[in-house]
Amino acid sequence: MINATASTHHAAPTEGAFPSRGRVGMCCLIATEAALFSIFVAAYLFYIGKSLHGPYPAQVLEVPMLPTICLLASSATIMLAERTLRQGYRVLFSGWWCLTILLGGAFLYATAVEWYRLIFTHHLTISTNLFGTTFYSLVGFHAMHVTVGLLLLTLVLVLSVSGYVSQAHSERVEALSLYWHFVDVVWIVVFLVVYIIGR
Amino acid sequence: MAFADYPTAQPHSDVRHLPLLVQLHDWVVTVDHKRLGLMYICTGLVFFAVGGLEASIMRWQLAFPSHDVVAPEVFNRLFTMHGTTMVFLFGMPIILGMANYLVPLMIGARDLAFPRLNAFGFWLSLFSGLLLYFSYLGGEGLSGAGTAPDVGWFAYAPLTERAFSRGYSTDYWILSLLVGGIGSVATSINMVTTVLCMRCKGMTLARMPLFVWLLLVVAVMILFAMPPLTAAQVMLLLDRYLGARFFDTQAGGSALLWQHFFWIFGHPEVYILMLPGFAAASEIIPVFSRKPMFGYAAMVGATISIGFISMGVWAHHMFAVGMSATANSFFAASTMLIAVPTGIKIFNWLATMYGGKIRFATPMLFCIGFLFQFLCAGLTGIMLAATPFDWQLTDSYFVVAHFHYVLIGGLLFTIFAAMYYWFPKATGRRLSETLGRWHFWLLVIGFNLTFGPQHLLGILGMPRRIYTYAPGRGWELLNLLSSLGVVFQALAVLFFVWNVIRALRQGALAGDDPWDAWTLEWTTTSPPPEYNFETLPEVRSRRPLWDVKHPYDPDWRHE
Repeated sequence: MINATASTHHAAPTEGAFPSRGRVGMCCLIATEAALFSIFVAAYLFYIGKSLHGPYPAQVLEVPMLPTICLLASSATIMLAERTLRQGYRVLFSGWWCLTILLGGAFLYATAVEWYRLIFTHHLTISTNLFGTTFYSLVGFHAMHVTVGLLLLTLVLVLSVSGYVSQAHSERVEALSLYWHFVDVVWIVVFLVVYIIGR
Repeated sequence: MAFADYPTAQPHSDVRHLPLLVQLHDWVVTVDHKRLGLMYICTGLVFFAVGGLEASIMRWQLAFPSHDVVAPEVFNRLFTMHGTTMVFLFGMPIILGMANYLVPLMIGARDLAFPRLNAFGFWLSLFSGLLLYFSYLGGEGLSGAGTAPDVGWFAYAPLTERAFSRGYSTDYWILSLLVGGIGSVATSINMVTTVLCMRCKGMTLARMPLFVWLLLVVAVMILFAMPPLTAAQVMLLLDRYLGARFFDTQAGGSALLWQHFFWIFGHPEVYILMLPGFAAASEIIPVFSRKPMFGYAAMVGATISIGFISMGVWAHHMFAVGMSATANSFFAASTMLIAVPTGIKIFNWLATMYGGKIRFATPMLFCIGFLFQFLCAGLTGIMLAATPFDWQLTDSYFVVAHFHYVLIGGLLFTIFAAMYYWFPKATGRRLSETLGRWHFWLLVIGFNLTFGPQHLLGILGMPRRIYTYAPGRGWELLNLLSSLGVVFQALAVLFFVWNVIRALRQGALAGDDPWDAWTLEWTTTSPPPEYNFETLPEVRSRRPLWDVKHPYDPDWRHE
C-alpha cells in the first residue's frame, strides 16, 4: 500500500537527495542581488558621457590593479580555507580564513584611499555630476557588500579561533564563501564597466 | 474511511484556555508557517478594506460632474494610496500568505526551510504598510497637518524629486516599498528553498500540485523583479537626501530611466500577483469538476513561459513617451506573445471542466466568474498591446478598466475562491454557501457595473486620475453607473465579512476533507496541528488522496 514504508522519523525520508538548504538559499540571495547590481550597472552604462561638466572619469580614475588582485586572490584563499575545513584541519582553516579577511580588508582600504583622493583632491562627490552619482552608488554599493562580507567572515574567524568551527560546519562555511565569490564576480563586472568601458 | 493510511493528529485542545496575553505573545513570536500565513492574509484583508474605502471615496467624488466631495490634492493622495495599498499591502501579503500557509502542507513538509526568516519577512511586510500609512500623521512632521504621498503609485520622476515633492510623504512611500520589497524577497528565497529541498518522499517536481509549481515560479519572479524597484528606490533616496543626480533632469539625469526601472519591476509584478490566482484556480477547478487537471505539463510550461516573457514586456507601459519604432514594435510583439501561454491556461481550465461533473459550490462560482472576466481583461490587454491603439487610449479610463478587470475580475475573484476553498482547512469550519452565493453574485454585478462602463468612458476620452469633470461631455451616466457599482461591491464584501464571522462562531464543522479533494493538505486535521503531519506522507502520484480513497484504481497506475 502507498504509505507502507512511510518513515516515522522526524527527518524527511528523502533528505540527502535534495541539495542543502543553505546552498539553495544562498544561491537565491545571490540571484536577487545580481538583479539589484545589474540595475546599478545599467544606470552607470546609461549615464556614461552624459555628465554636463567635469570631473570626467578619464581625468580622475586610476585603474586599481593591486586591490583587484587582492580581492580576486581572496576568492582563492577562501576556497582553500573551505577545503581544509572539509578535510578537518581546523588551524589551517583559520589561517586561510584570516588571510582572506586581510585581502578583503586591503581591498576596502584601497577603496577608501581612492574615495579620499577623489573627494578631497578632485572634488568629486555624489552630487557633483552624473559620473559622481553613478560612480559612488555603484562602487559604494559593492563596497557595502564587501563590508558585510568582511563582518560575516570576521564572525566566523572569531568562532573558529574560539574553537567553535569544525568539519561539521563546512556546509555553512560553504554558503558564506559562495557569497564571497559573488562579491568578487560583481567586482569583475564593476571593474570592467567603471575602469575599462567607462574610462 | 480510507484515511487510516494518513494517521492524523488531534489538534491541541488546551491552546484556547491560555490567557489572552499569552496567546497574543504566541502569535507575535511564532515562526509557524500557518500562523504567519494567517497573519499575512489578515494584514492583506485589512489593507484591502482600507484601499477599498479610498476607492469608494474617489468613486463618490466622480459620481457626478463638478462634484465637490474632496479637494483635488486629497484626490491625488487617494489614488496614490489606493494603488500602492492594493498592489503592495493587499496583493503581496495575501499571495505570500497563501503560499506560506499552503505550500508546506501541499508538499508534505512540516514548515518552510527557514522559519525565522519567514517571520522576518512577515513583520517587514506589516511594518512597510504601517510606514506608508504613518505618512498621514507624519507626512509634514507631526506638528503640521499630515499628508500622504500624492505622486501616483508608479511615482514618475522627476515629480518625486525634492524640488517637486516637498515634505516627507514621498519618503514614507519610498521607505515603505523598500522595506516591503526586502520582506517579499526574503519570503521568496524561503519559498524557493522549501520547494526545492523539503518535499516529502515521492513528491517529484512532476508530481507537485500545480499550486506549488505556480508559487515556485512566482517566488523566482519576485527574486528577479523586486530588486529593480529596490534599486530605483535607493537611487531616489540618494537623490532626495544626498543630492545625487539620477533623476535630476537639470543635471542631465533622465526621467525616462525611472520609468524603465519601475516597469521592469512593475510588469512582472502584475504576473506575480496574477499567477497565485491561476494557482488557486488550478486546484479548485479540477476538484469541483471531478476530473484531474487537463494538461498538467502544458500548465507548468505555460507558467514558466509567462515568467520568462513577463520580464521582457515592461515598456508597453511607456509607448506614449516616444521610444524608437523598433522598441515599440518589440514590446508590442512580446506583449502579444504573452497571450499565448495565458490562452493555453484558459483552454486547459475549460478542458478540465468539459465533460466533468461540475459542482457549483462557491469556490467554483468564483473560478467561473474569474474565467469570463479574466478573458475580457486579456482581450483588452491585447488591444492595448497594439502601439497605435495604446497611443489613443493611454492614461484613459480604458486602461483603468483593463487592469481592474485583471486585478479584480481575475485576481480578487480567485482569491475569494481560495478563501472559500481553504477556509475550512484553516479554521475547521465551513463558510455558509447561501451567504457565499450572495457574496458572489453581488460582487459580479457590482464589479462589472463599476468597471464595464469605464471601458466606454475611456473610449469617450475621459482621462484617468482627474478629480472631476465638467457636465455635458457625455460622461455623466457612465460615471454614475460606475459609482453605483461600488455599492454592490461594498455589500458583497460585507456579506463576506458576515460570513466569516458567522462561520467562526457557529459554522458547521468541516472535517478533514470537506470538498472530497486530492492534495496532501486535506489529509491532515482542520486546522492542521503545529507539526502538520504526524508521520510525513509519501506520495506516488499527483493526487495522493485519490490514491488513498481509490486503492483499486490509483492514479500512479496511469501516470
